[in-house]
Amino acid sequence: MSAVALAGTVDLAGTVGLVGAVGLVGDVWRYLTTSSSWSGDSGLGALVRAHLWISLVSTVAATALAVPPAVWLAHRRRLPLLSVALVNIGRAVPSFAIVAFVFPLSIRYGFGLGFWPTCVALVALGIPPIFTNTYAGVAGVAPDVVEAARGVGMTEGQVLARVELPLALPLVLTGLRLSAVQITATATLGAFVGYECLGTPILQGLARGVAGRPQLVGGALLVIVAALATDAVIGRVIRRVVRWPSGLR
Amino acid sequence: MGAADGGIAVSIRDLTKRYPGAPGPAVQELSLDVAAGEVVALVGPSGCGKTTTLKMINRLIEPTSGTIQVLGRDQAALPVHELRRSIGYVIQQIGLFPHRTVAANIGVVPGLLGWPKARIAERVAELLALVGLPADAGGRYPSELSGGQQQRVGVARALAADPPILLMDEPYSAVDPLVRGRLQDDLLALQAKVGKTIVIVTHDIDEAIKLGDRVAILAQGGVLAQYDTPDELLRAPADEFVAAFLGRERSLRRLGLRRADDVRAEPAVAVAPTASVAEAVDAADAMGAAWVVVVDRSADDRPAPAPDGPPVGLLAVADLRHRSRGESGGGAVGEGLDPERRPAVVDPTWPLREVLDAVLRSGCGAALVATPSPARCVITLDALAEALR
Amino acid sequence: MVAQASRRDTLVSWGWVAEHLDDVWSRTVEHVQLTVVALALGFALSSALAALAVRHRRTFAPITWIGSILYTIPSVALFGMLIPVTGLGFWTAEIALVSYTILIFVRNIVAGIDGVPAPVVEAADAMGYTRWQRLRSVELPLALPTIVAGLRIAAVTVIGLVTVAAVVGNGGYGAFILDGLDRDFPTPIVVGAVLSVLLAAAVDAGLACAERALTPWARRRGGAR
Repeated sequence: MSAVALAGTVDLAGTVGLVGAVGLVGDVWRYLTTSSSWSGDSGLGALVRAHLWISLVSTVAATALAVPPAVWLAHRRRLPLLSVALVNIGRAVPSFAIVAFVFPLSIRYGFGLGFWPTCVALVALGIPPIFTNTYAGVAGVAPDVVEAARGVGMTEGQVLARVELPLALPLVLTGLRLSAVQITATATLGAFVGYECLGTPILQGLARGVAGRPQLVGGALLVIVAALATDAVIGRVIRRVVRWPSGLR
Repeated sequence: MGAADGGIAVSIRDLTKRYPGAPGPAVQELSLDVAAGEVVALVGPSGCGKTTTLKMINRLIEPTSGTIQVLGRDQAALPVHELRRSIGYVIQQIGLFPHRTVAANIGVVPGLLGWPKARIAERVAELLALVGLPADAGGRYPSELSGGQQQRVGVARALAADPPILLMDEPYSAVDPLVRGRLQDDLLALQAKVGKTIVIVTHDIDEAIKLGDRVAILAQGGVLAQYDTPDELLRAPADEFVAAFLGRERSLRRLGLRRADDVRAEPAVAVAPTASVAEAVDAADAMGAAWVVVVDRSADDRPAPAPDGPPVGLLAVADLRHRSRGESGGGAVGEGLDPERRPAVVDPTWPLREVLDAVLRSGCGAALVATPSPARCVITLDALAEALR
Repeated sequence: MVAQASRRDTLVSWGWVAEHLDDVWSRTVEHVQLTVVALALGFALSSALAALAVRHRRTFAPITWIGSILYTIPSVALFGMLIPVTGLGFWTAEIALVSYTILIFVRNIVAGIDGVPAPVVEAADAMGYTRWQRLRSVELPLALPTIVAGLRIAAVTVIGLVTVAAVVGNGGYGAFILDGLDRDFPTPIVVGAVLSVLLAAAVDAGLACAERALTPWARRRGGAR
């Protein structure tokens, strides 16, 4: 039975107010620091691993799917509007809807619950930022630089590999970062379709009403940390990898 | 605004501007007066503080110390918005409001001053005509006009509320030379009509000389090197810096400031090509002229008391006298004249620089002045040099 | 039971749609309400923040930093954090939605004002506009295209997020999606998703038209004469 359905029946008078929030903080702390919360197949440890795993797989898949066509099209300066359209569509289609939509399809075609619908939805979510930023990065390389490269006798492949891609790297990585963060954040929704991840304690906490508050808040905190950490880590990687003087942009 | 104080529109005293962290002052104790109705040009190399000085007049930049009196009142004492609404301001990039029509742009300050709509509309039409724009330009947006037209709108906008003072910051620097010359001429014509007090900043010394009644040359750090009329400046530069800034063609530039009718012209006598050299010399001596104009009578058969027609040669009497003493008395005056080489003719309104050019081309050291009267006169190289003394 | 089996097989049961048209309407109203309130509050708050950031440049970095952190927080998590404090329902969703709009609005408003060409601002000052007059008559109208662009992005984003707000006791199209998830029934899911996208597209198009209407000067292009 869906935990969500239970959410609608929670006692609304069960809010704790700002004063009660102080006591809640203590409960959350206890919840998060008890080792029993973390151990076991459905302990927080397993959930965090599952959450990060699906985020990683989806990000890698999205990158693999988005980068090559984006690079190819940008190199030829074709279909610039596709980039724009993708971003707009990506923004307009709610991730929740994608996840929910893939779910019945997945069941129907035998992919089951859990991992696959979530992963497909997350990949679909992650493609637009990567595509658009990669396209912008490659297409945005100064035309004189590309012309000069061709002029010294580089083949198209060499121009791409030695000139356009290195110069496009900052933007490509930025797109990757945006996608990774969004995917990590949205993976939470996997809990709705049966994938046990950091969305699970949130949903379970919701279902259990007042008693579930520590779980709810604890789960939420973990997701937030995961998303912010992903952002920070990739940000650090970008700064390390990209050492261009700002004049190149 | 108060009445002009002894005819001084803008009085700058010990004006100083220091920026925090900069090694020296941008403007250093500058003092100068701008008389009402005068055009004063501020020129100098980059970094000399000319634009800073200009912007301190309408307080876009606040002075560190010193005073500026505008029309007799200390501008620091006035509310800054009131001050600015009474001073027109034109800048290089023009800065028209892209989201308003040309008419609305021009009408900004009258609107701020609360003029009734009808009066604003009238004024806009008046100004469009004054700056040479078609009446229908009022309904367009700035993006629909060319650069030169936008410049004109900028000037119209600055003049809208009829301010007594106009400040211009390198207004023509961004325009191509052909258009620039025209805009400068238009400004001079405008000034002849409206007689504003104008302070104009430029980095172009020729523009300063052309437009300014007086020119202030500023050196690095906002120090006043010399403040004089263009002619005086060119005649007697105060120091090395000014001389270097003016460049080496000072006398030529001075020639550019005067006109042909400003200079002493000498009489010349007209003779037909068939006249003998001796006759020509006699005619010249009778008139006391040192030059002889050979005129082509072939188009006109009437006997006339004095020969007349298009000039085909200009000869010095001294040379003719020399010829007459030679063998066979020199022959006819018309002999030896190159039909390809007509004498140079100058218009009385031409600047002396162009007269010099004509004289140099003539090959004989003089040029004819084109006058409606039958009397002929010429300008010689000597006369030009004399004019510069 | 037989009826249920057949409903599960088809993706969209048009019969269901026909039966639930009033629901579609009421959900639309709820969805629009949630969106409009979030956008209005978000814009008001962001305008104040942007005005502060423009006046005191040093506050811009901290403001955008906080905004981007809020933006990164997953919606479900943010809702989750707010529930103990504000319960389930309207305000929980609104507080979260408003925080999502802050980054977008503040960035675009400030960019819009910064984008007004410097000569235009200088000319406005020189002509004697007071600061307030300058803001009202010159800077805001010229910043409008960028601001409306921000409004478009925010509107579309919020419409998408409102679907998740259904999880915390609100209506809107998300309620259809939850319903479908709950009952293992694809039709409401598809309906909810499609309606959400349509609403976003319609709002985006509408705002694009508004932007064109508000900037007549951008459309007229002249040339050298």
